[in-house]
Amino acid sequence: MNELSIDKLKSRFQEKIDNDIKIEPNDWMPDDYRQTLIRQISQHAHSEIVGMLPEGNWITRAPNLRRKAVLLAKVQDEAGHGLYLYSAAETLGADREETIDDLHTGKAKYSSIFNYPTLTWADMGAIGWLVDGAAIMNQVPLCRCSYGPYARAMVRVCKEESFHQRQGFEIMSTLANGSPEQKAMAQDALNRFWWPALMMFGPNDAESKHTEQSMRWKIKRNTNDELRQQFIDVTVPQAAMIGLTIPDKDMQFNEDTGNYIHGPINWDEFWEVVKGNGPCNKDRIDVRRRAKENGEWVREAANAYAEKRARRKSA
Amino acid sequence: MSSLFEYTLRLGDDSLILGHRLSEWCGHGPVLEEDIAMTNIALDLVGQATSLLNYAGEVEGKERDGDSLAFLRFDREYKNLLLVEQPNGDFAITMVRQFLFDAYRKPLFERMQNSKDTMLASIAEKSLKETRYHLKHSSEWVIRMGDGTEESNRRAQEAVNTLWRYTSELFIIDELESKMADQGISPNLMEIEDDWKKTVDAVFKEATLTIPKNNWKQSGGRNGMHSEHLGYILTELQYMQRAYPNMKW
Amino acid sequence: MSKKEWPLWEVFIRSKAGLNHKHVGSLRAADAKMAVVNARDVYTRRSEGISIWVVESKDVYASDPSDADSLFEPADSKIYRHPTFYDVPDGISHM
Repeated sequence: MNELSIDKLKSRFQEKIDNDIKIEPNDWMPDDYRQTLIRQISQHAHSEIVGMLPEGNWITRAPNLRRKAVLLAKVQDEAGHGLYLYSAAETLGADREETIDDLHTGKAKYSSIFNYPTLTWADMGAIGWLVDGAAIMNQVPLCRCSYGPYARAMVRVCKEESFHQRQGFEIMSTLANGSPEQKAMAQDALNRFWWPALMMFGPNDAESKHTEQSMRWKIKRNTNDELRQQFIDVTVPQAAMIGLTIPDKDMQFNEDTGNYIHGPINWDEFWEVVKGNGPCNKDRIDVRRRAKENGEWVREAANAYAEKRARRKSA
Repeated sequence: MSSLFEYTLRLGDDSLILGHRLSEWCGHGPVLEEDIAMTNIALDLVGQATSLLNYAGEVEGKERDGDSLAFLRFDREYKNLLLVEQPNGDFAITMVRQFLFDAYRKPLFERMQNSKDTMLASIAEKSLKETRYHLKHSSEWVIRMGDGTEESNRRAQEAVNTLWRYTSELFIIDELESKMADQGISPNLMEIEDDWKKTVDAVFKEATLTIPKNNWKQSGGRNGMHSEHLGYILTELQYMQRAYPNMKW
Repeated sequence: MSKKEWPLWEVFIRSKAGLNHKHVGSLRAADAKMAVVNARDVYTRRSEGISIWVVESKDVYASDPSDADSLFEPADSKIYRHPTFYDVPDGISHM
């Protein structure tokens, strides 16, 4: 193919995106669009799967049967969402197994928040309220992203996740209105998860190297700082409503814009956690790797059985 | 203690403890699709435990609900089968345990739909739909493992050898069972055992697995005498309720 | 020993009687039976369906998007396939 026709394909491609026409798997797309999407979708998928672990940690210790069932259902949804997303990545030619291997070797990243430990039951509340809250802020605009399979996966995910944040807030508000120990537990969880939740939106716009191109491709619809601000503005009043304190002594309310302005974020910590130096990075990846290794004979058994049966059928 | 109360506890505790075991798999399954499937089954079991233990509390009439029964009894007061408290081991142990249990639960619930106790009948009706699916799922896996690779066959057979000793407890007709059966509340366990044997024989045949010759049997769970494993399950299960008594969550 | 991945399956769900099966996504399974069981767990956790079809992804033969013009544009000119092409006198209903 000559240069001219690639340029033409590229401009036709961008025209489609500008006109909000979805790109589908077999359509022509620039290679860097494909690669960026694969990276973004698989990071997202990994986050769902690794994200099962901090919450899975409390299923067997949930304080009552209702909470246990809800938590199980929520963690199960996360597995489902990971699967929808790996499927979306597969439509771009990213083999699931290889994608997962990239996670296990540390080549692929996932949301840094899941490298923090869940130390008390209140952390289930904080994760649902803050982490799912932040995730929803990120995901709702992605339902309109330019790549069809990703957009459709996000529609499903957002629909199913609507209960996740609510159940977390319900846990927090129950604790905040409970005994002094419970209230302290809730505040402690908020203290530990607040800053990592803000970091979930990624580095400041000035530092974010992919944002501009991704916005032009409509695979990112808002900047990191916009989403972070949106999240803070809705969450601060919620905390006040249940009598918890946001652990940011520098936070100020800007009367003119109606925004809560947060204090400095510890980006050194963020980058260290991204690099693998968070409190649980190693544990999380070890668990995933072990699950894959221990499951190998199971997957092989199913393959062998399917092959035998196919042979018997044709014999 | 009323017989109906204790009988309902047996049913509820089986679901509770097996649900606990399965939920330990969450995030550790051999493949993502299977993680989702096992969590589904765990969810069904926790749901059954909730209905059954709530009902047991009602029957008892001492203002204990499902939660206080699930979280605040002593180990001897749990009446589940030894089979369901056995550790997960590898995937073969988990699935063979599940299969041996499902193959018993399905005919039990089928017949319990006609129980003279209308509440148990309706719980059985709802749970049966779930249990049919559980049995389908676990049978498929037992067959795949048994008739899969050399390694999977070895692991599945080892699992059968390990767990077989806990199966006779499923069918022990003690005073309580026979009283419940006489009153038309519980089904006849002998009939259920027949069904169970048919299912096990058929699935093992397809899976090329054999029933172990060593027939020494373990029992005790139904009377509150458990293996060492239950204590650890309860330590986790009860942690919050014991550490923070009398609070709402 | 083979270390190959389970094949990919496309999943179609009929959400209620009277509707078509609709593509909802994909998953991995060693064989068709397992694909149906997995589809039930993955795609109908909220009672979204009453019937499931699975097709191995490699068996789906798709039209080539670069042929889209020749495949689909001719139909655009066949406006006589659409009911609004025809004049119906005022006062005629049920048509």
